[in-house]
Amino acid sequence: MAEQKRINERLIGLVCLGIIALNYPLLGLFSKKLLFWGVPLLYLYIFSLWFLFIMVLALVMRKRSSSTSTPETGS
Amino acid sequence: MLPEWLILLISLVYLGVLFGIASYGDNRADTGRSIISNPYIYTLSIAVYCTAWTYYGSVGRAAATGIGFLPIYLGPTLMAALWWLVLRKIIRIAKVQRITSIADFIASRYGKSALAGGLVTVIAMVGTVPYVSLQLKAISRTFNFMHSYPELERLHDHPLTIWNDTAFAVAIILAAFSILFGTRNIDATERHEGMVAAIAFESVVKLLAFSAAGIYITFFLFDGPFDLFGRMAEVPELQNLLTFAALPGGYINWFTLTFLSMSAIMFLPRQFQVLVVENVNEEHVAKAAWLFPLYLFAINLFVLPIAMAGILRFGVSGADPDIFVLMLPMAANQGFLSILVYIGGLSAATSMVIVATIALSTMICNQLVMAALLQIPLLRQRDLSGMVLAIRRGCIIILLLLGYIYFRIIGESVGLVSLGLVSFAAVAQLAPPLLFGIFWKGASRRGAIYGLTAGFTVWAYTLFIPTFAGSNGAVASLLAHGPFGLTLLRPYQLLGLDMFDPITHSVFWSMLANLGLLVTMSLMDRQTTIERIQASLFVDVYRHSGGPHIWQGKAMITELKKLLARFIGEGQAERALQDYGRSRDIELAAGMQADTDLVEFAEKLLAGVIGAASARIMVSSVVKGEVISQEGLLGILDETSQVIEYSRRLEQKSRELEEATNKLQKANLRLQELDRLKDEFVSTVSHELRTPLTSIRSFSEILQDNPDLNQSERQRFLDIVVKETERLTRLINQVLNLAKIEAGQADWQMRDLDMVELTREALDSTSRLFSDKGITLNVELPEQPVLLFADHDRLMRVLINLLSNAVKFCPPDGGRVEVVLQHQPDGVRCEIGDNGCGVPPGDEEIIFEKFHRTSTAGDGNPQGTGLGLSISRHIIEYHNGHIWVDPSTSVGARFIFFIPFGV
Repeated sequence: MAEQKRINERLIGLVCLGIIALNYPLLGLFSKKLLFWGVPLLYLYIFSLWFLFIMVLALVMRKRSSSTSTPETGS
Repeated sequence: MLPEWLILLISLVYLGVLFGIASYGDNRADTGRSIISNPYIYTLSIAVYCTAWTYYGSVGRAAATGIGFLPIYLGPTLMAALWWLVLRKIIRIAKVQRITSIADFIASRYGKSALAGGLVTVIAMVGTVPYVSLQLKAISRTFNFMHSYPELERLHDHPLTIWNDTAFAVAIILAAFSILFGTRNIDATERHEGMVAAIAFESVVKLLAFSAAGIYITFFLFDGPFDLFGRMAEVPELQNLLTFAALPGGYINWFTLTFLSMSAIMFLPRQFQVLVVENVNEEHVAKAAWLFPLYLFAINLFVLPIAMAGILRFGVSGADPDIFVLMLPMAANQGFLSILVYIGGLSAATSMVIVATIALSTMICNQLVMAALLQIPLLRQRDLSGMVLAIRRGCIIILLLLGYIYFRIIGESVGLVSLGLVSFAAVAQLAPPLLFGIFWKGASRRGAIYGLTAGFTVWAYTLFIPTFAGSNGAVASLLAHGPFGLTLLRPYQLLGLDMFDPITHSVFWSMLANLGLLVTMSLMDRQTTIERIQASLFVDVYRHSGGPHIWQGKAMITELKKLLARFIGEGQAERALQDYGRSRDIELAAGMQADTDLVEFAEKLLAGVIGAASARIMVSSVVKGEVISQEGLLGILDETSQVIEYSRRLEQKSRELEEATNKLQKANLRLQELDRLKDEFVSTVSHELRTPLTSIRSFSEILQDNPDLNQSERQRFLDIVVKETERLTRLINQVLNLAKIEAGQADWQMRDLDMVELTREALDSTSRLFSDKGITLNVELPEQPVLLFADHDRLMRVLINLLSNAVKFCPPDGGRVEVVLQHQPDGVRCEIGDNGCGVPPGDEEIIFEKFHRTSTAGDGNPQGTGLGLSISRHIIEYHNGHIWVDPSTSVGARFIFFIPFGV
């Protein structure tokens, strides 16, 4: 139960971070007309953040399957 | 340029392969060896989200706005992180309730309301039409492009009729195909394993094709992404694409699109179909939650390079950027790659059309047509299984035709992405009633219906109708001047709100209306019983896994079977009932009555085919007796747990109360006793005081009245007066003493003393009493001194009191008193026994009360104050000891006290 709740909290936290990182004003910081390692800064920022998000998400979900697979009994 | 017949042939062969996969999947499902029951197929089937819009439209949008295409994929990525919380709950509810579509879900949640279901169906249908038309547009556009390239202009030269219009042919072929896929027969579970297998295959095809094109364009036509970006950055008018400056609507638009796609990934009818209805195991969600975003990431990786390549190759206005991905290989004369890309696009479009039309046809059939038809009493008695199929097929054809008509009306005036966003905004209207519905019990049917209606109306006015502006003068003037010249009501600037782009503007107003009404109405509303039941079942789905019994009446099994057979066919009904009997280990004979479980089973089975609302009506037609005991049901659901908890607490309280009452009663008895004792005390004291006073007074009066009394007489009377005065003094002293001790104000002179010595002193001072009455005294004292920390005078008083008591009660002749002092390991024990009349059994405690004097004491005259024992007990207890009467003594009384050393 406690583990289940912890995972839910992590997921919600992750989404909040994602929404903040992928919106104004943080996004505005990277909206520059310049190339970074040959890639436009904005593209690089969004795509790497996107990939990072997926990896963290996978990590959280993987923890879930190893720790518990019983469904929660209350909401 | 590729010949028309070749493209047609390839298209048909591809569709044939798909159909083969679907048949294979269905066969495997029939034999119980599902090929789709794993998280990977599940993830791929969710990728039906990526349609022709993704495949072609993303590049087009990237060419115009840079990263503007990304929110459509970032939103679902964010949402996927919440799947474990939200989607899993929806899946569980859908499984328990046998939900077959999103309309069914919302209808079921809001009290099995047919109106809510119908409304959702209409919204989903109207919202899907532009989307279907987008796919038709993409397929026909690419088909025409393939065989007419490079003569692009030819297409627009001559007018189209239905018969030479590719889009129409595509619509007809896709309709036929969807019918073959989705409505071959009625499945009670409403799951389409074959279809899922086919769209999973399509997801692989479109990803491979797009990536192949991306790799070719990026690495073979150009020198990799760095080369492309480097060249882009050199062109001044393209530099905006590197930043947000190119995005119309800016950050607000970005946010809106993220929000829209977050709701779309869950609530588009086709997404709901694959995510919820076709889900095999809710544990698959855990893996899909990150695999699906990964798929999105992969398919978007090459969008920007392809868009850049297209712009660099064809210029900003030279070509339609929506088909850059096809144009680039064609221009490079890569025939095979072009066909692969075309097939990829075809797969993206067909998968969407197939799933969307199947999902919608189920919805329309169940929520609209059947709900209406079953109002006709005549139809309730007929075999409808054939009709259900026919209705669904008709729905598919009508949907595709609507899509085609929409496509013809709006023509080329609206881009792929804009069409898709119109659909997204419509579907977003479903998010509030659904999400509020599964997390908030208070969301009411009326709130949902009003909210949906308002949101949908605002959407239609501010977004859907304006899409016709390019082809319809009236709509164009509506946009420019508002209805009847009311500029305040212009669809794109409602109430003068002009700081948003059209999409954000529409989403803002429609969501405001939708959410506002849903919440306000729900807060004001009073839910009906069935609403509260469903709300509880949905919100607390993890708690009520079994669900309550709705049906209280009985039905005959034969009738139930007949009813089932009319909708799902004879064979299926027979098999379902047999399965049910086997799973519960009961033999279902034809003449038997069905119990509530079976009736419920039948209802849910039927709900899968014709929707929850209709199923309820149909089952009630065969169930006799009291159909629904809603109050009882609510009791089972919401209140049982509360009531149990409540009564448990009540019991506990009452037990506590009982205990308290008992204690109070005892305390009350004690108080009454004390009160009585006090009265007695007062009266005894006054009596005790009066007796000596009376004699003092009378003797004094005699002395006063007879001054001539002789000397001896006078001396005798004076002796009596003095004796009585002494007695009075003693009595008053004792009363004061007792009062002091009881009040804890006595002044204790504690010191070390020898108990043996003390006893001797006591015996000495009472020796005259013994000798006067001729009593034999038997003393046993330890040889060694026994040291004790105590108050000398008071202990002495105790001993004297006990000794004089013993003397008092001894018989006049042959009296015998025994005094035993024992040195025990932990204290001193003293026994003083006599052979008098003893203590009456049962009075062993009472004699220690104040002024208690045994009625058998002597000749009835009070022989003491009655306070002695009481004071003794107080003194002994002050020394942490205790005093009692030995109950085992047969002759006389034996008083024992014990004082521990450790004080």
